[in-house]
Amino acid sequence: MKLAYWMYAGPAHIGTLRIASSFKNVHAIMHAPLGDDYFNVMRSMLERERDFTPVTASIVDRNVLARGSQEKVVDNITRKDQEERPDLIVLTPTCTSSILQEDLQNFVDRAQLEAKGDVLLADVNHYRVNELQAADRTLQQIVQFYTEKARKKGELPDGKTATPSVNIIGVTTLGFHNQHDCMELKKLMRDLGITVNAVIPEGASVHDLKHLSQAWFNLIPYREIGLSTAKYLHEQFGTPFVDITPIGVVETARCIRMIQKLLNEQGATVDYEPFIDEQTRFVSQAAWFSRSIDCQNLTGKKAVVFGDNTHAAAITKILTREMGIHVVLSGTYCKYDAEWFREQVSEYCDDVLISDDHGAIADAIARLEPAAIFGTQMERHVGKRLNIPCGVIAAPIHIQNFPIGYRPFVGYEGTNQVVDLIYNSFTLGMEDHLLEIFGGHDTKEVITKGVSAESDLNWTKEAQAELNKVPGFVRGKVKRNTEKFARDRGLTEISLEVMYAAKEAVGA
Amino acid sequence: MTLADTQPQALNFECETGNYHTFCPISCVAWLYQKIEDSFFLVIGTKTCGYFLQNAMGVMIFAEPRYAMAELEEGDISAQLNDYEELKRLCEQIKRDRNPSVIVWIGTCTTEIIKMDLEGLAPKLEAEIGIPIVVARANGLDYAFTQGEDTVLAAMAQRCPSQAPVAETEKEERNAISKLLNFGRKKEDMVEQESEYVDHPPLVLFGSLPDPVVTNLTLELKKQGIKVSGWLPAKRFTELPVLEEGSYVCGVNPFLSRTATTLMRRRKCKLIGAPFPIGPDGTRAWIEKICSVFGIEPKGLAEREAQIWTGLEDYVNLIRGKSVFFMGDNLLEISLARFLIRCGMTVPEIGIPYMDKRYQGAELALLEKTCQEMGVPLPTIVEKPDNYNQIQRINQLQPDLVITGMAHANPLEARGINTKWSVEFTFAQIHGFTNARDVLELVTRPLRRNHALKDLGWDTLVKEEARLS
Repeated sequence: MKLAYWMYAGPAHIGTLRIASSFKNVHAIMHAPLGDDYFNVMRSMLERERDFTPVTASIVDRNVLARGSQEKVVDNITRKDQEERPDLIVLTPTCTSSILQEDLQNFVDRAQLEAKGDVLLADVNHYRVNELQAADRTLQQIVQFYTEKARKKGELPDGKTATPSVNIIGVTTLGFHNQHDCMELKKLMRDLGITVNAVIPEGASVHDLKHLSQAWFNLIPYREIGLSTAKYLHEQFGTPFVDITPIGVVETARCIRMIQKLLNEQGATVDYEPFIDEQTRFVSQAAWFSRSIDCQNLTGKKAVVFGDNTHAAAITKILTREMGIHVVLSGTYCKYDAEWFREQVSEYCDDVLISDDHGAIADAIARLEPAAIFGTQMERHVGKRLNIPCGVIAAPIHIQNFPIGYRPFVGYEGTNQVVDLIYNSFTLGMEDHLLEIFGGHDTKEVITKGVSAESDLNWTKEAQAELNKVPGFVRGKVKRNTEKFARDRGLTEISLEVMYAAKEAVGA
Repeated sequence: MTLADTQPQALNFECETGNYHTFCPISCVAWLYQKIEDSFFLVIGTKTCGYFLQNAMGVMIFAEPRYAMAELEEGDISAQLNDYEELKRLCEQIKRDRNPSVIVWIGTCTTEIIKMDLEGLAPKLEAEIGIPIVVARANGLDYAFTQGEDTVLAAMAQRCPSQAPVAETEKEERNAISKLLNFGRKKEDMVEQESEYVDHPPLVLFGSLPDPVVTNLTLELKKQGIKVSGWLPAKRFTELPVLEEGSYVCGVNPFLSRTATTLMRRRKCKLIGAPFPIGPDGTRAWIEKICSVFGIEPKGLAEREAQIWTGLEDYVNLIRGKSVFFMGDNLLEISLARFLIRCGMTVPEIGIPYMDKRYQGAELALLEKTCQEMGVPLPTIVEKPDNYNQIQRINQLQPDLVITGMAHANPLEARGINTKWSVEFTFAQIHGFTNARDVLELVTRPLRRNHALKDLGWDTLVKEEARLS
């Protein structure tokens, strides 16, 4: 048992659901107790999704506990198959169902006999993998399923596309800025003259999966999701892959050079150097920013970075290599992939922290007193408590991290966005500091006096106590309205009764 | 659907598949840890439970909450680790760091399935570490959302003292001091205060409400000369109310049937079955019922109710004649529907997770009576609803408002259907005369918002034909 208040990566089934609901016309059925379908709320709220999330639960209740699911799961699958005609139904085990040890594969096999669509059991162990690992695994599983199915039917296409093409793998629902990143990557590919063969799983149809083999290479923008699929496709079709995340000027260039190498090895003759040069020096503002005097002011400032592997590593490199900021600590919660992270950031920071305990990272921040933090929503709150500004660079995230405006992290527009994020974090910190030195905004006292003029009314002890229970930010308003109500009626004492009467009166 | 029927004779109860969306009952820790200030809630479950709490509670999680997960690992599931030792280790840590007056263990689906004997372990550990441990099995196998509070309060009811602690000498001493401190106050004042109450057997109210609402309802009863001896729960665990045999108890929320049962059977209290004080009609009926049990003639209630309705007129105008569909997820549905029907709305369907016809008997009777008085068809009450079927029915009925969970709210809005997020009713102050306006503020918000946008011509925001599934 572990005492835990907060977790960075969710449970395994969230990963499976993220993959399933990213595809078009794929439905997930969770084998879960009432209330475990919280995923639907998250997707509907955070992504502001217009469509019903294609996830339902086959409820595990007392009866199931006593007698087993029996026909229930099979019925739920076949019912959903008829109602929505999905191409694929993914039966998703949860932590609860995995200890019941029912033979879910058997349910899937039986349901498959009746269902028009395909039925698959997500193969993830709840006590061994987290959300990210499960997502990676499920994506690979679905790709493998449809590759093998097409092979059996002899529907696998031969060879590659005529001109260079790519599969972008790992863009998912509820992924940090994934939608914007996807658009930016497509634009980058267009600029490089590369056709996008497929983007999976987001917005893809499972019927397209058999065409994956036609791409010249696969691009894996995120370390956490998609690598297993890329390796599988490499094994099956020899398709090479690029797993350099194009976040930051240097890494974007490295990613493009890697693409260039892979394409030229397959007989293309592309030279992306002029493109990289033009973009770096004149299109992206990041390189210029790093020379400007704004950025000079940031030199040697201390920062702490924490997040998932992809983003924490990329931001660490940007801070150190592209802005001259001193990263005192860089950390990740992806413990299962710690070695990769160490290797990526070791030369760019003083210290590496591998932990999924938010207390450990909070203590480190308090100890190191950086000028800015780049982390998850949890680090943002640590920053609030310690009065240190924080830029959010990775999940777990809140609704404000699903902006409507265009905010990619990858590619050349991404470099601009990241500059703003970093620079704004630091200047706000400076401003705060200056305010403190000069004793805050001097208008504060005056404003307060003007608005809350001394009260001529007498508040009884109970009423005063009640008033103090009103949350601070509306207390003044409640006080003013109540006093106005009392004055209008010629009352001189405000009791509890008067308070309630004021609230009940219209407009008070 | 019985919508086409003209006037059904009685309420129509149905039961569907139970494939519906609601919050897990462990969510009750969110409001209970704030209510019971000296408590610590330990949820014994898995990452899934933790992830739900963390996300459902939004920013609250960052405020050093007095709750935590005891996250079960593979070793716990396969019994390689000893439950007792593990829990002892964690509870000692909690005692060290927070020193609470009570630790509440929330049992989850996993502890049920692996049959962890929390009720058996608790008294042993309690004796060893010297902090009361209350066990509540608030799991998704058995309960929905607000029923979590019910399981906690039912467990707490067992901990209420059965008689007031009498320490005469100490009382004298304290009186001496308080006399010194309050020398300005005359003794007659205090006697007079006591005599404001009618002589009646002790009354304890149950249900967790924000403190301002507690004060408000207590005061409403005081106006009738009724003294509230205590509330379950109180602000602190150490202040749980005295429950004597024969005490009267009355619920303030519709989802507290286990607590009511426990109070009656285990504590030998007498339950006052009343409608719930939600809406001015409900509040009046609630007070009247309590008065009638104590043989008190209620004073000024009709005027008070009328006055509140006058104040609500601007809101009532917005919803009169409109229809509202409850998908059902928090058990407040019957009371809210009854209030809204009194406001002039029609209700084709009331979805509800669980319907205790005995505990909610008076509320159901008031609902029926309200429908008759307002001349509207009786609603169908659908227990354990099926959300998929409900969405088909919503599609067919096109109600003016759907009260639903967040999973369906945005997709319905995109299809031009007004929605109100049901969870807000659980967290807002909705009880008593004073808060009736707040309920309507919530109900009318989508209508007011969409009224403001009505000429813009973008009601339906999905591309395909409004596919409702």
